[in-house]
Amino acid sequence: MGNPTSSTATAVNQGSERNLWKEKIGPFISKYGIVFVLLAMVIIMSFLSPSFLKTQNLLNIVRQISFIGIVGIGVTIVIITTGIDLSSGSVIALTSVMVASFAHPGNSLIISLLIGVGVGVACGAINGIISTKGKIPPFISTLGMMTAARGLALLYSDGRPIPNLSDPFMFLGRGVIAGIPVPIIIFALVGIVSHILLAKTKFGKYTYAIGGNVQAAKICGINVDRYLILIYIYAGLLSSIAGMLLTARVSVGQPSMGVSFELDAIAAAVIGGTSLAGGVGTIPGTIIGALIIGVLNNSLDLLGVSSYWQQILKGAIIVSAVLIDSRKNKKA
Amino acid sequence: MSEYILELENITKEFPGVKALDNIQLKIRKGSVHGLMGENGAGKSTLMKIIFGIYTPDTGIIRFKGKELKVSGPKEAVKNGISMIHQELSPVPHMTVAENIFLGREFSFGKTGWVNNKKMVEESRRLFETLNINIDPTTKMKDLSIANMQMVEIATAVSYNADLIIMDEPTSAITDKEVEQLFGIIRSLQAKGVSIIYISHKMDEIFKICDELTVFRDGQYIGTKSAKEIDENTLIQMMVGREIKQVFHKEKAELLDVILSVKNLSRKGKFQNISFELRKGEILGIAGLMGAGRTEVIECIFGIDTPDTGEIYINGKKVKIKSPEDAIKNKIALLTEDRKLTGAFLPLSIRENMIISNINRFLKGGYINKRLVKEKCNEQVELLNIKTPHLDQLIMNLSGGNQQKVLLARWLLNDPDILILDEPTRGVDVGAKSEIHKLMSKLAQQGKAVIMISSEMPEILGMSDRIIVMHEGIKKGELGREEANQEKILEIAYH
Repeated sequence: MGNPTSSTATAVNQGSERNLWKEKIGPFISKYGIVFVLLAMVIIMSFLSPSFLKTQNLLNIVRQISFIGIVGIGVTIVIITTGIDLSSGSVIALTSVMVASFAHPGNSLIISLLIGVGVGVACGAINGIISTKGKIPPFISTLGMMTAARGLALLYSDGRPIPNLSDPFMFLGRGVIAGIPVPIIIFALVGIVSHILLAKTKFGKYTYAIGGNVQAAKICGINVDRYLILIYIYAGLLSSIAGMLLTARVSVGQPSMGVSFELDAIAAAVIGGTSLAGGVGTIPGTIIGALIIGVLNNSLDLLGVSSYWQQILKGAIIVSAVLIDSRKNKKA
Repeated sequence: MSEYILELENITKEFPGVKALDNIQLKIRKGSVHGLMGENGAGKSTLMKIIFGIYTPDTGIIRFKGKELKVSGPKEAVKNGISMIHQELSPVPHMTVAENIFLGREFSFGKTGWVNNKKMVEESRRLFETLNINIDPTTKMKDLSIANMQMVEIATAVSYNADLIIMDEPTSAITDKEVEQLFGIIRSLQAKGVSIIYISHKMDEIFKICDELTVFRDGQYIGTKSAKEIDENTLIQMMVGREIKQVFHKEKAELLDVILSVKNLSRKGKFQNISFELRKGEILGIAGLMGAGRTEVIECIFGIDTPDTGEIYINGKKVKIKSPEDAIKNKIALLTEDRKLTGAFLPLSIRENMIISNINRFLKGGYINKRLVKEKCNEQVELLNIKTPHLDQLIMNLSGGNQQKVLLARWLLNDPDILILDEPTRGVDVGAKSEIHKLMSKLAQQGKAVIMISSEMPEILGMSDRIIVMHEGIKKGELGREEANQEKILEIAYH
């Protein structure tokens, strides 16, 4: 009573100079700012280290980040809904040992892949169902999955690596098509498909709507639980794809694989502009975020900076990205 | 010293676009219970928040105990001897009753910061004894009934030993038994010389407990009367007392078949036995004060909540609506009361906000057809006169009126048969308001059925073909457009 709803200030009625800034340049920078950061890093590095711009080095960077990138894409979609997925690293490990125990020479590649995908889908479904139907914060349900899936991987493999993988399977991690490593090609495919899914389909619009305002989403007739479960399944699926690629890359199933991958994936998403408050985030952003992490690691390696420093710098970049993000949100 | 404990002079408070208080005066006698009356939005709560230091007035003087009072916050107000029972409860659910009562002023051992729990419990027990309240101070707040939480709130306000206690709708959540208890407490406080400002919508309470009554209307002071020399009707006259100046664009529409029929709908603790019919071409207004249960009823019709008993018929067929999805399938649309909380997707664009509840219509082979979206959305932008440079503008950058129009457009894209509009023009500027009214009238003429909840009397009277009056979860009566006026509505509500 008595206190009027303060209406949101309109940008429309202000001076035209400020309009240009507020409506054109400002959004342009905030939309593509992270690209400029990446470009700046590349330009600076190309002066500092002659070997940086060599094709082999660039391919190396992209191949290294393709695993985190794939996981990060799934995590991005989850974070857009205001959720989180902490289980990615453990799902990678579980996928790794389960797949490696089958993908021996002579066994079907297709079935090996189906096993891997099955692990991811199952873990994702459990994450999604427990979060929605059990009404438990996804932080907790995926934390549980993170611990349990890792345990299961250790139990299944008896804590030992599983070697002796078939050549067709190893091709996924070590092969090269037209000069491009296979993990990069799969990363690109996952990126394109996910981007289309998020930007052009009902699934994508609902993802943003659930993250933007879950109450309103329900009132708009969206079956929120069903879509959330699908989203967690998708994230699980991408984790298992990364798990298979990594396993093929190192030629061995490892129960200790993917430790703290979830955190790097979240970092890539956050650096790429995904907001933990929900409703905001893009796949290209996350890919750029992953590239920034990759270029940073590679540059510091080339410059001979210790890996301790790399961690400190990575931490600083993550926090800076979110600081800028929260300032942006405050202005709105 | 004067006979008044509190004197307000020329208090004015403006919010962006609204003059919430206009040159208000108020005088409270020592040891009296002073009732404050007025419709929703009359300015009562704003004024109380000024006295309690939550808001600062733009102009005016507050004199408390003969001295000018300038408080910058609730803590200071309490120090000066003013306490308040707020309209909305704000307990800390996982703390005990005693911890809640002494929140922010805990007893501690010296200055160590180590809290003396035992003493807090003892003090709470003593407090409850003097007030004749039967609650164990060691229970967790969350385990109390709403009524008991309210009693704790009342006890907390009393525990400050204030000279003036503001009670903003203290009985909204309690039963008759506790109301009697509260009145007992008020009388004993009064005997000790404490003054009380009592805000309530309940006439019988006001006349039972208050010595003097002051009426506000539209942020203005109307008058103060002794409770003995005034009757209910005069009081209602004072509260209403205005001519309807606004013009409403309500064209006559032909009333066709009954499309929606609600029979004996009940939801425990919210509303009982609500029945009504709605015709195609009709605008049905639901009037009532806040907490009358209006929003709760339509939430049950739209499947957000499930009724305990009762039936809903659409076009004569019984329907089960278990979720908003079902409601939308039955061609019902709901514009919710709180735009930010349950309406808009603030981080998303106008385009996305519009198509979200009807995406299937825009799909082509799994993809969203951009051209179709653009075409349909632009149609709505034009139809509703939404002021925006382009469809990609984020909805949070629009004014309240334009946001509301975007949300309306969202539902119009569904081509609904039944439109439920909950406070459709709240927080909307005058221009957009009249545009929304025109649109409502046009939709009715096209044969759509409209239900409108509004707390604004002129809007209810100006737009409705028929008016249902609700009060405290009960349908109190129904009025046709011609016979309805403000006095009748209030009379029906209060009797």
